[in-house]
Amino acid sequence: MKTAHAAGAYTADEMMTVTAARQLADGAVCFVGIGLPSAACNLARRTHAPELVLIYESGTVGARPRVLPLSIGDGELADTADCVVSLPEVFAHYLQRGRVDVGFLSAAQIDRHGNLNTTVIGSYARPAVRLPGSGGAPEIAAHAREVLVIMKQSPRSFVPRLDFLTSCGYLGGAGERSRAGFPGRGPRAVITDFGILRPHPETEELQLCAIYPGVTVDAVRAATGWPLGVAHDLQVLPAPQPADLDTLRELHAATRQTHAAAVRINLRTADAPASHPH
Amino acid sequence: MPLLTLADAIEQHVRDGQSVALEGFTHLIPFAAGHEIIRQGRRRLHLIRMTPDLICDQMIGMGCADRLTFSWGGNPGVGSLHRLRDAIERGWPQPLTIIERTHAEMGVAYQAGASGLPCGLMRHYADTSLDRVGGPRPRLTCPFSGDSLLAVAAINPDVTILHAQQADEQGSVLIRGITGAAREAALAARCLLVTVEARVERLDAPLNAIVLPHWLISAVSIVPGGAHPSYAAGCYPRDNRFYGEWDAIARERGRFQQWMQQYVLASRDHAELLRRLRIAA
Repeated sequence: MKTAHAAGAYTADEMMTVTAARQLADGAVCFVGIGLPSAACNLARRTHAPELVLIYESGTVGARPRVLPLSIGDGELADTADCVVSLPEVFAHYLQRGRVDVGFLSAAQIDRHGNLNTTVIGSYARPAVRLPGSGGAPEIAAHAREVLVIMKQSPRSFVPRLDFLTSCGYLGGAGERSRAGFPGRGPRAVITDFGILRPHPETEELQLCAIYPGVTVDAVRAATGWPLGVAHDLQVLPAPQPADLDTLRELHAATRQTHAAAVRINLRTADAPASHPH
Repeated sequence: MPLLTLADAIEQHVRDGQSVALEGFTHLIPFAAGHEIIRQGRRRLHLIRMTPDLICDQMIGMGCADRLTFSWGGNPGVGSLHRLRDAIERGWPQPLTIIERTHAEMGVAYQAGASGLPCGLMRHYADTSLDRVGGPRPRLTCPFSGDSLLAVAAINPDVTILHAQQADEQGSVLIRGITGAAREAALAARCLLVTVEARVERLDAPLNAIVLPHWLISAVSIVPGGAHPSYAAGCYPRDNRFYGEWDAIARERGRFQQWMQQYVLASRDHAELLRRLRIAA
């Protein structure tokens, strides 16, 4: 994507992460998926939203990681959290109980109504590609007051029909989600490497509402597997602030350095008591 | 609670065809125990893990399992579990029956199992594709509110295996840090095996700490580094570099088998494996 529509001194990935971070209000309680969502949330926390509360499904509540975690349960998340609770507790007492404002997800496939697939490409019985599966996403998508989705846009990922419905967006649209009784409102925005899609107020079909500098509507349409609608008041988003880019790059650099560190284990710490079985 | 070598604990308590839950959420994954199961050549196991992680990738690739209950089967932050995918997509080294849940459902299922209930309940609003493929997912009507709830069958593993930081003289075990559903999986099991980093006179446990009393545990084994390449908070960090390197090791069958032979099978125990990997001196 860098060569496709990077405008100057930043990449489309960086633009996407900065744009996603800007969607998060300070003080919100956010249930975070790993990868792109986690990068955006931690950028937001370092810039305009220092009081953003991050909950990871590992049960780390109020985590303030100094580097981005590689896994959802890195020690960094536990060490910097307000508290660490069990997985059943974080899903029941925090998410299902309605204490999460924003669920932040990614997926392999999304359809025009914001439904997500993270399970298989191809048939379930004989998959062409077996993906990791549900994790916490179905319940996050159901219970968070609203959902943000961040994913790269291509005809393979923005599809007319999901191979598998893992997590519910607006189902068939036009109010089907609210009629089903979901407590959460569903995906408020889909942030991609081209811009932002939002649900149409009536049909709940995703339409293009904002594009990045240098991106054309035709390019976004070509990257979408359904005939993409465009909002009447299509916005062109400003380029990322240098301060945002610096913060994001520092975060990534510190993360790379930390994850490359060699681990050493001292086997002798436990030797003595082991020789006295009772 | 007998203190056993890990080899003896697996030999005495894990049998072919059993359901075996290895829990610990990213943290405290019982790698040493999984490796010992591979060394002893157990077959037809029903593995249960929310996140199969590298340990189930290895056990499945080595032919230990024909069934897997799970909720997220990736290499966290890296990509695919190639051995798991090969088993599901191409039936290698043998077909794998999968029972797929969400994290929240697994949590509820373990809690039900730990509570002596046949099922647990959770809120559910619309069918997803999991309702087509995951076996029966019955709805119950709440007798108080009239709400429609999803019933999730309890999980009661034949054996649950955990790794933890400390065991005391009697064999009570302290778990500190991220636990996932480790405690629920422990209390749901018919037989509980625990490996620990160290044996201590007194557990370093504040009053509300997570302690599994010794009389719940069938065997404790002292295995320093027993969670590597996962981690034990307060002892050593997650080996994120190894998780990255595993992607290339596991991608092809031949290289995977060679690595397992050279490191896991050629090592008598976990300490020798860690020395071969140059993780320990």
